[in-house]
Amino acid sequence: MSKDNQSITKKQFMKELWRFKNGSISRRQFLGVTGLGVATSVLAGAMPALIPRKAWSASDIGDRVVLATWPNYHDPANFEKFTEVTGAHVQVNVFGSNEEMLAKLQAGGSGWDVFVPTNYTITTYVGEDLIEPLELSKIPNYAAEAFDPRFSDAGSVDGTVYAVPKNWGTTGYVVNNKHTDGRKLTSWKDFWDISMNEFTGRTMVHDYQLTTIGNALKYFGYSFNSVDPAELADAEKLLLEVKPHLFAINSDYQPPLRNGDAWMSMCWTGDGKQLNTDIPEMEYVLGVEGGEIWSDYFAVPRGAEHPDAGYALIDFMLDPAVNAKEVLAHGYPVADSRTNDLLPKELLEDPILYPAQELLDALEFGAAATLTDPNRAELLARFKAA
Amino acid sequence: MKSSLVHRLLLLPATMWLLVMLVLPLLVVIIFSFGDRGPAGGYVPGFSLDQYANLPARFTAFKNTMILAPAGTLAALLIAYPLAYYLAVKANPNIKTVLLVMIIVPFWTSILIRTYAWIYILGGQGIPKMLEFFGVEGVRLINTPYSVLIGIIYGYLPLMVFPIYVSLEKLDKRLLEASQDLGASPIRTFRNVTLPLSIPGIATGCMLVFILLMGEFLIPALLGGGKVFFIGNALVDLFLQSRNWAYGSAVATTLVIVMLLTVSIYMKLMMRGSNIREEVSLL
Repeated sequence: MSKDNQSITKKQFMKELWRFKNGSISRRQFLGVTGLGVATSVLAGAMPALIPRKAWSASDIGDRVVLATWPNYHDPANFEKFTEVTGAHVQVNVFGSNEEMLAKLQAGGSGWDVFVPTNYTITTYVGEDLIEPLELSKIPNYAAEAFDPRFSDAGSVDGTVYAVPKNWGTTGYVVNNKHTDGRKLTSWKDFWDISMNEFTGRTMVHDYQLTTIGNALKYFGYSFNSVDPAELADAEKLLLEVKPHLFAINSDYQPPLRNGDAWMSMCWTGDGKQLNTDIPEMEYVLGVEGGEIWSDYFAVPRGAEHPDAGYALIDFMLDPAVNAKEVLAHGYPVADSRTNDLLPKELLEDPILYPAQELLDALEFGAAATLTDPNRAELLARFKAA
Repeated sequence: MKSSLVHRLLLLPATMWLLVMLVLPLLVVIIFSFGDRGPAGGYVPGFSLDQYANLPARFTAFKNTMILAPAGTLAALLIAYPLAYYLAVKANPNIKTVLLVMIIVPFWTSILIRTYAWIYILGGQGIPKMLEFFGVEGVRLINTPYSVLIGIIYGYLPLMVFPIYVSLEKLDKRLLEASQDLGASPIRTFRNVTLPLSIPGIATGCMLVFILLMGEFLIPALLGGGKVFFIGNALVDLFLQSRNWAYGSAVATTLVIVMLLTVSIYMKLMMRGSNIREEVSLL
């Protein structure tokens, strides 16, 4: 297929494209000369869902799409495929917190076409007028009824759909059992206590107020979402006490865990799955006290420069065949029954992706108030600057 | 009359540039520093000194900057001077250009990527692993002030080498011969002739490195693991995470004031130093 693409230069391609647009040659001739016909038919043969529809037929969506997302959250092969099908190159910006995404959008000129906000942030984006209502006709692969409403509800605000579900997951921690002397860690209390003792200099926490403060609140048994000043003061005291013992404050924790510098880190489902697959001693733990359950969404920011390419990318990613490949690569569950039908049974029963019910029951979805609460924002900034 | 018009026209682009790109933004920052954080972050107008009253919450970041920026400048100077001296005075003219290019070559790669590489060099599998091989156990470098210092010296060394090199390059070699002829030892020649004449280069290099270091955020962010915070990191955090533009502006304004004070004291000391030397050399 790549051979077919190489058989014509960019210049020739543009010339043929203009001839086609002017009507000098037919669509069939155009596809034949440029190799696009072969390309699409080969792809269509391999994956029926990839027959180009209007949203992503070649060359009318521009040559790139800018995606703001999270670390280790995609299968790069799918991006390459998207580029092959549509001609648009996917430029990825990686973020470590929803606050960072919100700040970028508030400052203006983010340059993004698609971003991946978490459930609890969407009402704020709507309130601040930073997000576009989605034109669902441009996302034919989105079928609302296929999604578990627990993980798709937050995409709609007052009946308008602003975001469609990407993945859901939990926030626990990953611990390298090689260093625990056979001890099993099960709670957030264990996490913070061992960080200040046997694991000094080996623990990582997220650079993210929701999870780092939330899981410190859990040490005291408070709500993950608390904005109560007295409870936040307790959490801050704990965080400041732990800080000298930390290896780092960073949401991209896989590299130091893999090379052995860090032994434990706050961790999202998929990273836990990826690490556990490669290094079996790495165990993903959900604190018995609770913590976070979340759902991420695809959304289009106000003023996106390449909205067509953005919609094309969202639609492409929601194609069950593509989505299944994503899940196999990143290990985050999806709420889409069509995608789950394509996934192997082992994965659908994997305890990292689908934890035991009693552990799930203790988890909380992030609350919108935490995103905008000035005390939580300043607490984390103070903790980092301390 | 005519020439003054020409002067004005010549100065116009630079003046406009400074006005639009420096003075106006600075005014915005100062105005914002008296305001408040918006409900979802950002800025709402107001007039209070609350943001300034909250400055002690960033004391550690100021302290880190005020320790590591001068330390980094000094360390860079101590390493850069012999190198610049070798390049300007001792190096074989035939390979001099090659050596100079070798100092510039790293600039062809982004500092971000080069600093990222240091994460692995300083991480557990890098230098500490090597030291273990030689029997030194338990060394931790990454995410400590030392790793930040190493990163700073690495990143800023060329900025220190070149001004010193230029001042030593211009040095009239006959002065060195005269000093020698008059019976001065090499050390005395260096102390009384070479060093004083290279003071302008040292002053420029130190200033360049120090001012940039005061606003540094990339190296501490990557090599400090979020634990060694410069005031630059605190600023990035206030604008790009906690979205408190008012407080961020107050911190930024304070940084500018601290920097102006430090640099003017430094300039004064330097001027006095070079004046004294001139007087001495006149005697």
